[in-house]
Amino acid sequence: MVGEKRIKVLIAKPGLDGHDRGAKVVAHALKEAGMEVIYTGLHKTVDQIIDTAIQEDVDVIGLSIMSGAHIPIMEKMSKKIKEKGLEDKVIVIGGVVPSKDIPKLKEFGADAVFPGGTPFSEIISFLKGNVKE
Amino acid sequence: MGVAKYIKNEKDQIEDVILQSGIHVKAVYGPKDLEDIGFSYEKDLADPGEYPFTRGIHPLGYRSRAWTTRQYTGFGTPAETNERFKLMIKHGQTGLNVAFDLPTQMGLDSDDPLAEGEVGRVGMAVDSLRDFEIAFKDINLEKIGTGLTINAIASIMLAMYQAVAEKFGFDRTKISATPQNDILKEMIGRGTWIFPVEPAVNLIGDTIEYSMKVMPRTNPVSVCGYHIRESGATPAQEIAYAILIANAYIDNVLARGYDIDDFVGRFSFNLNVFGNLWEQVAKFRAARKLWARNLKEKYGAKKPKNLFLRGLFGGGGYGLTKAQPENNIMRGAYYALAAALSGAQTIALCSYDEAYTIPTPHSALISLRTLQLLMDEVGLRDTVDPLAGSYFIETLTKQMEEKIEEEMRKIEDIGGIVHAVSTGYIQRLVARQAYEFEKGVQTGELKKVGVNIYVEGEPQEVELHEYNYESAEKQIESLKELRRTRNNREVTRTLKELEKGVKAKKNVMPYLVDCCKAYATVGEMTNVFRDIYGEFEEPSLF
Repeated sequence: MVGEKRIKVLIAKPGLDGHDRGAKVVAHALKEAGMEVIYTGLHKTVDQIIDTAIQEDVDVIGLSIMSGAHIPIMEKMSKKIKEKGLEDKVIVIGGVVPSKDIPKLKEFGADAVFPGGTPFSEIISFLKGNVKE
Repeated sequence: MGVAKYIKNEKDQIEDVILQSGIHVKAVYGPKDLEDIGFSYEKDLADPGEYPFTRGIHPLGYRSRAWTTRQYTGFGTPAETNERFKLMIKHGQTGLNVAFDLPTQMGLDSDDPLAEGEVGRVGMAVDSLRDFEIAFKDINLEKIGTGLTINAIASIMLAMYQAVAEKFGFDRTKISATPQNDILKEMIGRGTWIFPVEPAVNLIGDTIEYSMKVMPRTNPVSVCGYHIRESGATPAQEIAYAILIANAYIDNVLARGYDIDDFVGRFSFNLNVFGNLWEQVAKFRAARKLWARNLKEKYGAKKPKNLFLRGLFGGGGYGLTKAQPENNIMRGAYYALAAALSGAQTIALCSYDEAYTIPTPHSALISLRTLQLLMDEVGLRDTVDPLAGSYFIETLTKQMEEKIEEEMRKIEDIGGIVHAVSTGYIQRLVARQAYEFEKGVQTGELKKVGVNIYVEGEPQEVELHEYNYESAEKQIESLKELRRTRNNREVTRTLKELEKGVKAKKNVMPYLVDCCKAYATVGEMTNVFRDIYGEFEEPSLF
């Protein structure tokens, strides 16, 4: 069979933040673009997210964070990713993220940051271009 | 963002306008339209202050009393929040609305590992009565009413509010708290739920029952269409779901043997203001009418005052944009206009920088001044329900009423609101709508200034409220000190009593007041509930 590999994405809500409109909207968009999407639901710890990512063997972990706690959360993620050898996963962040925080998030291993209002096409083409065949 | 859909021809003339709730707006309205809908002044409107209250709940509207201004405020430690409260009061704000941080909203103490990085971030951290003593220091709680934006553990915060008021020597029958206390909407949007549906709704019943007996000026529940709308509901769904949710709380209290007129007069609503101006005005007018009719016809409420839909109309968060943030100041002004034209009792606005950060004092004051300006400069207090009698507004109000009823029937047909929330039916529906909406904005079908039209210009920076790690450390230190210095035997005793009360299915409020007065922490009290009730399991959506 010739064909594109179906990209598998975990959309996760880390921490206590309950604002999930953005996460669900992006989940819909990625599904419509042909990707397989798993949504964690709310209030997940970094450990729970990492466990799900391993179990489901996803290509992408998308973190949706609206509370402003993106730096401490990503710092924890970064440690866990190294510990579990998950450096091959594409890590993206969406939510309320001021541009000055983006370099720091990349330092912790985020491959891209998509603040609220980012066109779906930009997210989709980034994932298609960065998930390894 | 709530803009309507515009169908235009090649000459850029508008051929059709489709409001979010699905109503088509015509180019011209006249007497014939009122005739077509069978409009009757007595039946559909009546004078302000008269059933069905379409024109407002008070005969003289804002002439007798301006709306309360109540900006959502709170961050960092209780001391920092107290300072901001006083700043807002000094600038003429007439009510408080407390923002709690996420650990507090989720019933976690500041030193809980799950709270790491979140303490004091999106609101004030509260661990015990000691924090309330600092937050409300030098504020006259008999004069100023306080909104407590908390849901899953609203019972605990209401108990703590009573405890702090009594500690300061205020009369508990004179204080006025408005805990948000609407858990079903948290399960649809906003997400700070903890316990499963049944015990969560029962806790709300406890606060209503307790308030009517012990703190009669408390508004124990503020039913929020607001967040449901933010999650993707249409204005008609916003009102439909809010009324059905309110009914679920009413049913819980009625089952305890009370009469509807004993308690329903203290219900209030928190509704959203963004979107098409006319649709919002019609929505609020229709909502007042439907709520009054619901109470009178379905529940047999008799006292006219109990039929009032009293509301905070405000926010508008989803209408604001990250692009060209200063435009949000103007948006806020128009949203406030919609609320003021609609007879709101209280108005609060999201500040222009809220798409980036929690409001700075500068932006919070701009919001407050926007409201004051409408009151004192532009003439919004001149006359009651100024749009009444407009062919367009009356037609739209009637159409909106029908739309809302249609949305209510849909939910009742599938088994009612509790079922629709527990199974994720509403969550799925509004998430889908949110996606369709976002797609509309991205394709340019729905216009948004600065986002998909008039995007020219340099990116604007906003001043960010910086998270203060030291405040969080201070909060944790003071919690540790509290645990060392309080009477821990009394804490254990009151928590034990609470546990017995919960197990015996007694009203938890008196037990919580005792726990608060003994300086039990929010986490300790919540854990008593958590151990007995368990936790809500989110229905899977995908």
